[in-house]
Amino acid sequence: MIPLVSLTDIAVPLLRENIDTDAIIPSREMKTVSKTGLADGLFAGWRYRTLGGRDPDPDFVLNQPRFQGAQILIGGQNFGCGSSREHAIWALAEYGFRAIIAPSFSPIFRANCVRNGVAPIVLAQDAVEALATLAERGDPITIDIAARSVSAGSASWPFAIDDESRMMLMEGLDAIELTLKRRADIEAFRASDAGRRPWVYL
Amino acid sequence: MTARHALPRTLAVRLWDEHIVGTLDSGTDLVAIDRLLLHERTGGVALKSLDAAGRQVLAPAQVFATMDHIVDTFPGRSDDTLMPTGKAFLEATRDGARRHGITLFDLHDPRQGIVHVISPEQGIVLPGLTLICPDSHTCTQGAFGALAWGIGSTEAEHALATMTLRISRPRDMRITVDGALAPGVTAKDLALHIVARIGSAGAAGHLVEFAGSAVRALDMEARATLCNMATELAAFGAIIAPDETTLAYLKGRPYAPAGALWDRAADIWRTLRSDADAVFAAEHRIDAAEVGPMVSWGTSPQHAVPLDRPVPAFEALDNGDSRDAYDRAIAYMGIAPGTDLRTLPIDAAFIGSCTNSRISDLRRAAAILAGRHVAPGVKAICVPGSTQVKAAAEREGLDAIFRAAGFEWREAGCSMCFFAGGESFGPQQRVISSTNRNFESRQGPNTRTHLASPETVAASAIAGHIADPRHFGPLP
Repeated sequence: MIPLVSLTDIAVPLLRENIDTDAIIPSREMKTVSKTGLADGLFAGWRYRTLGGRDPDPDFVLNQPRFQGAQILIGGQNFGCGSSREHAIWALAEYGFRAIIAPSFSPIFRANCVRNGVAPIVLAQDAVEALATLAERGDPITIDIAARSVSAGSASWPFAIDDESRMMLMEGLDAIELTLKRRADIEAFRASDAGRRPWVYL
Repeated sequence: MTARHALPRTLAVRLWDEHIVGTLDSGTDLVAIDRLLLHERTGGVALKSLDAAGRQVLAPAQVFATMDHIVDTFPGRSDDTLMPTGKAFLEATRDGARRHGITLFDLHDPRQGIVHVISPEQGIVLPGLTLICPDSHTCTQGAFGALAWGIGSTEAEHALATMTLRISRPRDMRITVDGALAPGVTAKDLALHIVARIGSAGAAGHLVEFAGSAVRALDMEARATLCNMATELAAFGAIIAPDETTLAYLKGRPYAPAGALWDRAADIWRTLRSDADAVFAAEHRIDAAEVGPMVSWGTSPQHAVPLDRPVPAFEALDNGDSRDAYDRAIAYMGIAPGTDLRTLPIDAAFIGSCTNSRISDLRRAAAILAGRHVAPGVKAICVPGSTQVKAAAEREGLDAIFRAAGFEWREAGCSMCFFAGGESFGPQQRVISSTNRNFESRQGPNTRTHLASPETVAASAIAGHIADPRHFGPLP
């Protein structure tokens, strides 16, 4: 995973509430047993004129030339709700997004973001709306993971993120590799727990 | 042990504490996982990724896999699916399970079915366990007194390799439902009532404990239905404290402990409840008597009302939706503020999914369908949640009732709860569905979904429009 310490870029405003993972990557676009090849299917139902087609709908924000290449997405409340499909974040990351700003995230989607090096940034509704207005104008937004702050022009907003997620994002670490270093602790827990709750260990 | 925990704890906190392997440098917990379940859509890719990294499955005996999401539900099905590339998902999951010694409930296994239906059937979920699955409806299994939650595929891979997750403790919420549900009102109606009341983000980041006399009165299948919808509140998970109803359901199941071990486990399980003075970060109280048969009108599960109430105006709602989101939902569904939902003609009716596909669901729907027939032009489908549910229904003759009423009778799976790229209901088709999500295009491109109980789906299929099941008593 590529570390993410800070990022300054234009942002795509998509301020709908409850954007679900079916909308982010429809099931029909999850064609292979793979984490890649998904960017084309990102927001397929909204982005293209016809089902299964690839003719862009110019009205959809992602298709507007001024937002091409943006690495920040601004969404509404409960972003990433619905299905746990990690394909949603794989598609967003492959498309080029490194951070998503929203008033709240679905918990599974939020965890999936961190595991894939995309920063889930939670800000209050009014801050998200202010940033969306700036994004609409094409103003750049800076996300500083180290300093836990978002800024644009002279304004800035602090955000909360737990230490674990912040470290994983900033260092681009492989969680499995880290946890395997605790193998002895895990084995000890399992051995002791098997005495307490033998029915767990089939 | 008790002295260390002098402070009163919620059930979720107690179970979390019991599963902490250690604390990471970041302060996050390393939490032991007791059961990991996989299905072919999100599990196969986790196994493939594990193999690519050259890693092993730490405890294959504690991992189970099934085919439910992509596999077809037509009679005589095979690995070939209507979804063009579906076969690869089945094969990847089968190969991965075989290679790592994971128990797989494959296509023609009598134990096959929707992961959240078969896990309780087999006694894989047990009280006090931590259970995860790369599937958002894993919260369903909290109904059995387990700490159960949905994860992504990368987290599943982490758990395959380490039988742990690195995860922060969720906050606690209690939803207490007292009183009695009226006749004809079900756990599904209660779930929709709660989502409409609290909102689609209303329990964000919380683990919800369902409590109260109305919850205690539910049987295990109804409790599963209630917990199933917790993810539609953005909850981390859901749990119901185990009681004698729970133990009676689980006793004798294939993977449940037996004999002296059962007695030992049951003694512990009977103590699993929140302390009387435990503090929850958030509390809600619901009067069960206020709940009526519910139906969704929009494109989020929070867009639900009692079916005898009109579609609410934007001004009457307080669910966090913007005007734009409301207008989008109304336009997508082809309705208007004030529309009487009972006037809406339906094109299709679907009974199935991890929410409502268990034997009790099918019995209640069949009681309405017996001696009646679906309205002309209505496509009606029943998909039992598991091969065992299907077999039980056939032993009771329920399949004959469904068929005689004009329903298709399918093999077990998730089926048309969502559109996988194969079978679809079609654009602008209005579907009354016993499933859990009414998102745009969830059941097919531009399909309009109305969520309801199996009874309401059955009644609506007969009427040809959304209908109140309480008007469809048994025929003489």
